[in-house]
Amino acid sequence: MATAALAEAHDEHHYTSTGLPHTKIAIWAFIGSECFFFASLIATYLIYKGRSVVGPFPHTPWVDPATGQHFKPILNIPVTSASTFVLLMSSLAMVLAHSAVVRGDRKWSKIWLASTALLGATFLGFQAYEFTSFVHEGLKITTNLFGSTFFTLTGFHGAHVTAGVLWLVTMLFIDFKRGLGPRDAINVDVMALYWHFVDVVWIAIFTLVYLIQ
Amino acid sequence: MTADHSAHVTRDAHGDAHPVEHAHPDWGTYKWVALVLTIITIVEVYVYYTGLKDTRLFVPILLILSAAKFAIVVMFYMHLKYDAKIFRGLFIGPLIVAMTVLISLLFLFGHIAIHAS
Repeated sequence: MATAALAEAHDEHHYTSTGLPHTKIAIWAFIGSECFFFASLIATYLIYKGRSVVGPFPHTPWVDPATGQHFKPILNIPVTSASTFVLLMSSLAMVLAHSAVVRGDRKWSKIWLASTALLGATFLGFQAYEFTSFVHEGLKITTNLFGSTFFTLTGFHGAHVTAGVLWLVTMLFIDFKRGLGPRDAINVDVMALYWHFVDVVWIAIFTLVYLIQ
Repeated sequence: MTADHSAHVTRDAHGDAHPVEHAHPDWGTYKWVALVLTIITIVEVYVYYTGLKDTRLFVPILLILSAAKFAIVVMFYMHLKYDAKIFRGLFIGPLIVAMTVLISLLFLFGHIAIHAS
């Protein structure tokens, strides 16, 4: 009994040499390294932008000289705008989930965690639709420089979102199993930081890849 | 909804670290942040479909709007505005280096250039 109480007290007041949770320092260091990762992918995309020899192209139509086939601009801005809005709203749901866990509000922590996971899955659905339609319209990863850099950049982002959704579902499972309370707030905070980082990366991708020609 | 809290650090006379509670934003702030992010996204898409696309202002406007969204999410949703300074260093340091490398590569490959008048 006394041991359990001591363990609980230890969890709630886990002092470290810096006075900050190690997990939170670790996730920020990880996010810092992810800045390099995505900056290198974005730089590669921008360097090869406009250097594709054959189409389809992102913003301009193209006629294949060999077959005479017409290709319209490949990017679908309305669909991507909708998916961007979905990801932004998932970030709102995530902060509300964290807030509910800190308060010990088990009903709303489940609702907001499930909402975040659902919105993340919806974003992935948009991406799956986009990738499928691109392939049907003639753009594959091997088609041209645009296809190679676009699928690599957005594919890695999608992989990060997938990891985030799996993390959210795992946390939701724990919430249903034993309930998440204030002492779990740090774990949810770390997950939330990862999720928001995935969101800010998409903010950059949406502008640099989709909007700027 | 009530505000939640996170640890900041102070040191006592013996140099031992102790967390100090600082309030995170509450539902009211998150609601306004979400609204501002939505409005900026709508403006971005609006700018894309207007005649501004063919002007020299198009790219700077989109970059500024995107940077604003980026900063708002990092400051309010990631709580960097409220959290310990070490977290700012861990994020902003690598971000600055990464941006410098990115811009340097764009100069190197001739995508951007400084023209002498």
